[in-house]
Amino acid sequence: MAEVALPARRPVAASRLAGRAADLAIRSLVPVVLALVAGGVLLYALGRSALSFYGGIWTYGIADQNWQQSATTMVPLLLIATGLTVIFRANIWNLGYWGQFALGAAVVAGYGPSLLAHLPMWFATVVLFLFAAAAGAAWTIVPAFLKARYGTNEIITTLMMSFVGVDLANILVKGPFQDPSIRTPQTRAIDFDKLMPPIPGTSIDCSLLVAFAVVLVVHYVLTRTAFGLRLQILGANQRAARHMGIRLPRLVVGSFLISGALVGAAAAAFVLSPFWGYVRADQIPNYGDEIIPFVFLARLNAVALLPFVAFYAVLFTGGDFAATQVNLSTDFLYVLVGLILLFMTVIEFLGRRRELGGSYLTVGLVQALRAPLWRRRAAA
Amino acid sequence: MDAPLVELSGIRKAYPGVLANDDVSLELRAGEVHCLLGENGAGKSTLIGILSGLVRPDAGTIRIDGRETTIDSPRTALEHGIGTVYQHSTLIPALSVLENLMLGDTRHLRLDVDGARRRLRELAGVLGVEVDPDARAADLALGSQQQVEIVKALWRGSRVLILDEPTSMLTPQAFAELEKVLGRLEEQGQAIVFITHKLHEALSLGDRITILRHGRVAGALDERQLRDGSAEEVRATIVRIMFGEAARSVADVAELQDELVERSRAGLPRAERETVLELEDVSVPAQGAEMGIADVSLALGLGEILGVAGIDGNGQRALAEAISGQRQAAAGEIRLFGAPISRFPVAARQKLGLRYVTDDRLGEGVVQSLSVALNLFLKRIGQRPFWRLGRVQRGVVEKRAGELVREYDVRTPSVRTRAGTLSGGNVQKVVLARELSFEPKVVVFHKPTYGLDVRTTSTVRDLIRRLARGGGAALVISTDLDELLEICDRIAVLSRGRLVGTVENGPGAAEEVGRLMVGDPVSEAA
Amino acid sequence: MIVATIWTQVFWTSVVAGGLLAGVPLMFTALGETISERAGVLNIGLEGMMLLGAYCGFLGAYYGHTQWLGYLAGIGAGAAASVLMVVLCVWLGLDQIVVGIAITLAGEGITSVLHGAQFGASEPRLGATPTLAIPGLDRIPILGEGVHGQNPLFRQPLVVYLGFALVGLVAWLFRSTNVGLNLRAAGEKPEALDAAGVSVVATRSYAALATGALAGLGGAYLSIAVAGVFTPFITQGQGFMAIVIAMLARGKPLWVIIGSFLFGISISMIDSLQLVGIDISTDFGHMLPFLAIIVALVLFARRAYLPPALALPYVRGAR
Repeated sequence: MAEVALPARRPVAASRLAGRAADLAIRSLVPVVLALVAGGVLLYALGRSALSFYGGIWTYGIADQNWQQSATTMVPLLLIATGLTVIFRANIWNLGYWGQFALGAAVVAGYGPSLLAHLPMWFATVVLFLFAAAAGAAWTIVPAFLKARYGTNEIITTLMMSFVGVDLANILVKGPFQDPSIRTPQTRAIDFDKLMPPIPGTSIDCSLLVAFAVVLVVHYVLTRTAFGLRLQILGANQRAARHMGIRLPRLVVGSFLISGALVGAAAAAFVLSPFWGYVRADQIPNYGDEIIPFVFLARLNAVALLPFVAFYAVLFTGGDFAATQVNLSTDFLYVLVGLILLFMTVIEFLGRRRELGGSYLTVGLVQALRAPLWRRRAAA
Repeated sequence: MDAPLVELSGIRKAYPGVLANDDVSLELRAGEVHCLLGENGAGKSTLIGILSGLVRPDAGTIRIDGRETTIDSPRTALEHGIGTVYQHSTLIPALSVLENLMLGDTRHLRLDVDGARRRLRELAGVLGVEVDPDARAADLALGSQQQVEIVKALWRGSRVLILDEPTSMLTPQAFAELEKVLGRLEEQGQAIVFITHKLHEALSLGDRITILRHGRVAGALDERQLRDGSAEEVRATIVRIMFGEAARSVADVAELQDELVERSRAGLPRAERETVLELEDVSVPAQGAEMGIADVSLALGLGEILGVAGIDGNGQRALAEAISGQRQAAAGEIRLFGAPISRFPVAARQKLGLRYVTDDRLGEGVVQSLSVALNLFLKRIGQRPFWRLGRVQRGVVEKRAGELVREYDVRTPSVRTRAGTLSGGNVQKVVLARELSFEPKVVVFHKPTYGLDVRTTSTVRDLIRRLARGGGAALVISTDLDELLEICDRIAVLSRGRLVGTVENGPGAAEEVGRLMVGDPVSEAA
Repeated sequence: MIVATIWTQVFWTSVVAGGLLAGVPLMFTALGETISERAGVLNIGLEGMMLLGAYCGFLGAYYGHTQWLGYLAGIGAGAAASVLMVVLCVWLGLDQIVVGIAITLAGEGITSVLHGAQFGASEPRLGATPTLAIPGLDRIPILGEGVHGQNPLFRQPLVVYLGFALVGLVAWLFRSTNVGLNLRAAGEKPEALDAAGVSVVATRSYAALATGALAGLGGAYLSIAVAGVFTPFITQGQGFMAIVIAMLARGKPLWVIIGSFLFGISISMIDSLQLVGIDISTDFGHMLPFLAIIVALVLFARRAYLPPALALPYVRGAR
């Protein structure tokens, strides 16, 4: 089999390292900037003030003490992003994060009030986190099994499980977990003083520190341990993984479970944060959808997630109010996030081409440009 | 002397790091077989790519019928009457023969099935072969597949037929068939280009031989020269051109090797060898287009080199993967040092001393994005001293990697270089270093020297011998009969997924093996 | 007692009618995905394309006062969205899954934002879609009748009959034309198609465009004829359902009809049950089709067929 000859890597001098760092920074920031600009154009087209919107994000996301609110919002986002980083490293597409999150949230919101009322708070909190992690992990078992055993495409299985999971969570909230004292479909609210306390001196949820710790641990595992290397190989080349003797079914299921557990833990952090304490049916947020582009932007590096997730947390916290301010649906954030993803793929492509020493255009594009489709058909 | 049909002048093509074609000039004439001879890596495939429109040259001109032309795509090549049979099959396995042949017509909407059937009959008649239009391409035997590919190359009325290394997977009998077909085409006035790295084929088929070496035309022999000189003279000339002044010593070394081989083979009497690897009625189901194996039994003795010959695609991969553990045997038992290992996963078999040098170097042999250093220890992830408590010990890894790179002469800028940037030969050395450097006992080699240059090839064969004589055992699966005859003690033959016989190596082994390879009716017809 | 309730004409008529109603958008979309997948392009952005089609289709019908303008608008919107897929994935060779996710997210967001910006809290509705009856056949019991005169099998909007014809057309295309052969080759082994002198890029581009157009049509039908209104996220995962149908149909257009119909039934089952007095929570009803898919995948895990070159960009010369 003929190989595609890659150019040999030249030895790396210090200045080149700096150059590479700058290159990476550019590749990560440019898509975001482009998306914001494009978003601004869209706002203008809709007759809304871009300045007002983005200004609102600053005002409500950072200014005064609002950055602390953003920091608190960051916690579930960070944990989900970490979970996705683990599984995407193995080139497995766990797209079922909404369902995993929803069930974790339902479980914590359902059992939280009674557990926290009757057990020492710290103990109950840990138990609730474990419940949620277990729920999230459990919801990955079917797709994990199907993929490990039959190679069934996990995109579809996780998506399907996701929809079922969200519906199931809603059923639970409206049913056994419903707060009997009110009519709105939501769970009993946990007492405020039983929720996660703030970091002393701030109003930031202290689970942020836990999230930081998790990120560091995951990063270490992914980059320095045997398990992380196996995951990396699986993601790079499944056949080579099998050849090297890596036990694929275990690895597939294991990485699925870990990612599901992290997403579930994110749900626990979400419910137990000082903002919430309860879950309302049909309104369980889909943080995974919104944070996914940043997982890619961080190039599946757990530590690199921190600045990106922080950025989105601000966007999210501020954007909620900012959108109402300009009389726009909050789903506008989805547009921004989709645009970031699109721009990112293009920038990645350009960057990759330059790295390989090729032109910016690929053979396919050159083909398409040189002999336009209509001309070909006339010649045929 | 008629004017050439196709004329290449001053063709140049460079890839990053290598000059594939350097000022190459060539003439193709109607009714003539022009052989392109050269080692692997000499630039033959690139040249063919240029002729068939897959590759654009950096410089140089192409003249067809005297007029200068640019061949910028396969379609253009076809329009100019250049048909190519590539080294790797371009037949679509899931489609029928007829559908494969009809592919590529953009002028009409409806498929002209009747017209296609007629044309197939016509062309098959010209070639003197029989082809079933409705058979699925995946079900065809290799010889038949090749015939379909030739029909396909001629489908739109080509005047030039290019064959890129067509014989790498053929038996001697199938080769004779091919010769006949080419002879008939010659009579019809076809210009044929035949690429090969095997000297005897070029001599047997070629009216004109051009020798490529390191991307340049090292020499050429025309009809007169081939006719006039004696067989020995011509051979010597070609060898000299192909290998330069080193040719003499290569020939000497080769003779010395043969002697050594004879002597070492006379070593241990076979009856006294302890059986280290045993397969008993092992069956592995087919997977996709890959044939499986059925009821295969063999025994490998300590110190022995057992070859497995066969036409490519007759179950070799299934056999190798069944032994290594990458695929589960559906039936039968595999024993390593007497212990049954059929249920053991890959890693467990590795622990017992089983090693597998895969033929798919880049696809599964290495992980291209990882460094050479890591690749050398990928089958020992988590083990000491390279990993402690799950943590990787970079210093230890790189130090040992450096030693191995030196020992196996792997050409790489550093041990941290990504494995995917190495050349084919060096990737193979990395694979060998990994498999053979840590207590190997029984090693399965699958096409170990495929696509390698002469020096590396002989190094590899040395390694195999050293392994066997040094207390191990080797199973060499290869489609290169010459190679097997050179190093193996015994040669088993795999045909249509079954082991049809085992031959002691010695005088007459070649014919015996060849006979076994074509023992089944399908191959005979091909 | 439950069995008795179920085994009534009303119930089964409703099941069939409901299945048909809900199945048609799936059918269009899944047909499009089949074409794409056969050619080797995996289109995850179908949900976004369907939504865009639903939104633009609704607008087209609302302002144009005819369903046909709506369908046209839907087709255009879907095709426009798939241009993104064509340029980024087929031409530039970028990751088809990532781009698909991006299209879905952007599609969801933008349709919601635009709809909210334009209509605010009011929810404009379209009138009932005119139907075409097949004389004679519309008197067959269960199939021919509808529920309260609504939606019998043989009295459907014209576009539905055209849809069935389209499925047949695509099947013929695959089997007996060069276009179809090229598509199949592009999905099975693009190198072979290239060597035969046909542009793989062009073939896949046309396939992806067709997919977008059909997904847009499916979405438009959803908002025009099925719901009569556009609400944000109206597709509720049907785009993904269509992907599954295409995968299970193993590339055969006629199986797309069967699959769409079956999943259409699972979507509308909750209404049929309600009709005969069995009340199931909306959540459970919503869950049903997805649950059915999971079960189907578990049972038929081995049989889902995907062409070997699916989701792999083709670059000439690389192997």
